[in-house]
Amino acid sequence: MSDQVPSRVLVLWFPDWPLRAALGPLPHPPVAVVHANRVLACSPAAREHGVRIGQRRREAQGLLPSLRLLPADPARDERGFLPPLRAIETEAPGVQMLRPGLAVLRARGIARYHGGEEAAARALLTHLTAAGYPEARIGVADGPFTAELAARGAPPAPSAEDTDRPDPEDTADASAYRIVPPGAAAAFLAPLPVQVLQDPEIASLLIRLGVRTLGDLAALPVLDVRDRFGIRGARLHALARGADSRPVTARSPDPELAAEIEFESPLAQSDQIAFAVRRTADEVTLSLATASLVCTEVRIDLTDDDGEVFSRAWLHPTCFEAADLVDRVRWQLESLAATSPTADMPSGIASSSARDRPFRGIVRVRLAPIAVDDAAHHQPGLFGSAGDERLHHAVSRVQTLLGHEGVVMGALTGGRLLADRQQLTPWGERVVPARDPDLPWPGHLPAPLPAEVFVPPRAITVRAADGGEIRIDERGRLSAPPGLVDGSPVTAWAGPWPVRDRRGDGDGVRGDRLQLVDVQQRAWLVLHAEHAWWAEGRYH
Amino acid sequence: MGITLRTVDPGESTRAGEILRLRQEITRMQRRRSDLPLIPVHPALAPLFPDGGLQVGTTYALSSSPGLVAALLAAPSRNGSWTAAVGMPTLGLEALAGHGADLARLILVPEPGDRWLTVTSALSEVVPLIAVRPGSRLRDAEASRLSARLRDRGCTLLLVSSAPWPQSEGSIRVHDPRWHGLGEGWGLLEGCDVTVTAQTRRSPVPRSVRVRLPGALGTMESGIREAWTGEGGSAESGTVRLATTETGRAQLLAAAEEGTAAEAMPFPRLKAVV
Repeated sequence: MSDQVPSRVLVLWFPDWPLRAALGPLPHPPVAVVHANRVLACSPAAREHGVRIGQRRREAQGLLPSLRLLPADPARDERGFLPPLRAIETEAPGVQMLRPGLAVLRARGIARYHGGEEAAARALLTHLTAAGYPEARIGVADGPFTAELAARGAPPAPSAEDTDRPDPEDTADASAYRIVPPGAAAAFLAPLPVQVLQDPEIASLLIRLGVRTLGDLAALPVLDVRDRFGIRGARLHALARGADSRPVTARSPDPELAAEIEFESPLAQSDQIAFAVRRTADEVTLSLATASLVCTEVRIDLTDDDGEVFSRAWLHPTCFEAADLVDRVRWQLESLAATSPTADMPSGIASSSARDRPFRGIVRVRLAPIAVDDAAHHQPGLFGSAGDERLHHAVSRVQTLLGHEGVVMGALTGGRLLADRQQLTPWGERVVPARDPDLPWPGHLPAPLPAEVFVPPRAITVRAADGGEIRIDERGRLSAPPGLVDGSPVTAWAGPWPVRDRRGDGDGVRGDRLQLVDVQQRAWLVLHAEHAWWAEGRYH
Repeated sequence: MGITLRTVDPGESTRAGEILRLRQEITRMQRRRSDLPLIPVHPALAPLFPDGGLQVGTTYALSSSPGLVAALLAAPSRNGSWTAAVGMPTLGLEALAGHGADLARLILVPEPGDRWLTVTSALSEVVPLIAVRPGSRLRDAEASRLSARLRDRGCTLLLVSSAPWPQSEGSIRVHDPRWHGLGEGWGLLEGCDVTVTAQTRRSPVPRSVRVRLPGALGTMESGIREAWTGEGGSAESGTVRLATTETGRAQLLAAAEEGTAAEAMPFPRLKAVV
């Protein structure tokens, strides 16, 4: 083990990463991330008041009552670490995440490129500062363990904790990096306390044995340490000697998935654009296929000749294929055509061609996959499991025919009016109920419910038997019993029941409901609101 | 169970019986798939159909009753199969869910316009039960192409239309509704008693049940205690059904039951059944 010479690595350390991931760029107010009643990370402002990592929550709150506490969320930390990893990747490929806030890469390549480890570290820091991560520290040493300690021990840039930040050049020069020369790892580690081994159990035992520093530990014979502490102890012993054998496995960079096409002259007709986009869509699916990925969510950016970008994300229940992408481009163009103002159109264009070219022209289409998944999850099954796939293909065909909104799935939502209690979501989109259907919603109808619901409610005539108007006063009294509904005599009725729906900004619905059965035994649910009668639904 | 009207059995008239037997033989031989031979219906409606469910790969003409559509879609949907409703923008989803339909397995195409036929044939590839309100009339050639496709794919079509459908397996009508629970300014709708009458090629004599659609819980309920007296229009609506199918096949059918069904719908016998 001692013969192995660890390779030179460069460790990038982002101090207090959980805070950075949760709160964004520095400076942070006094905040602590807490897990299981212990402080996991705290901002410099909190540290000034004596809050320390590992403290109990109550103790930290006692030191600083205004301390804001955040729950720990490892997933968020990891997600948040992706952008800095990408930023590092643009400067030096082959970066590996040790844990959120700590990245490692082999020092050899980048040092050679920049002509020295120091120059490389400085270049990386400048780059990260420009990318918005001025707090990053770098340690270069033999093996990730030593390098991490070097990074942590790198003298903090004197201005790093100040609010007024010097310009990027200065931060990089303020030696936010530390380089331990090859072979000097043991000497660098020797004065450090054993606690840095991150193994509290063995560390406390070592301290009780009188082994207080890594130098003390490294001085012990390997075999004795192994006899006393087992494999784990031997590994810690190796670390203390500066012989960290952990290899660096590089993260493969993200493949370039997005593709775009530019048109020499702006295209206005959706068919033209869809035809032209076909090849780009093929490119996207091909690059996905090469990476063994499939795309489940895509963003389509349409740039018109004024430079305005129309962007929309599209979901797919299974995964996008080239034809699906083309469809989505077409639907987006159609919805664009439907919403764009027709005022600035040349007056000579007839209404039929107006439908085809109300937007003035698209010069660029960009297809960018947002969510990708492993292609292995989407292989069609050999037996049996292909049912949903077939279903999806057939329904997508209908959707291609009728447009995105043409095929919908229904869902129940909360509400008082019948029309509010159901919602339609285009096929393939995520169903998000607008209002929680499980809340009580006082005033909604009991079963049985009308088999026909008019969305929006349809105007209907309800009159007294003599043909006179019916009014409902403030106390909910009818001026006359209903005698005619939709032209036919009423045989039975009940109500009125008040409906008060103050959704949103106060201009909700304030009306009264009646159930009516007419001579033809049709049962109506009518609503009297704003001095008019509306049919909400018909029971049969 | 509701009241079943069974006025003729196949043995009663030898000629009609022979035709029926042959027709059943044809249906048996035409069947393409061995799995799922029937689309389940609500138990209250089972007596209407000779096999206790809807035939796969056929078309049924429905009277314009969203409640009936909901009840027929709900039964297979609660068994986990996909269903679709084409051209019905006003279908009450909450009522449909009340019948037990799974909205997550219901495909809605509210406004197909003139392309309802294309949409229906595309969906028939994958959805075993589709309710359609046609937006336009169909030529005979198109109708027979659709029928062939339905038979091939094993998809059952519920056609909500007042116009007769030339090649339908049968018709299901809802008539004589009577609402309960509402008075002169008091009460709350509790349910509606309706008569559902079905007439299929395999049992050309209309069969009827009196059910509550919808019942007080929003579902279909059977077992109405109230004696049905067959007031006024019932007898007519029972026989008129034969007159609505006008194509050659229906005429053959009418010829087969000549003298048995058309005139002699013996409502006195119905009384006896009660």
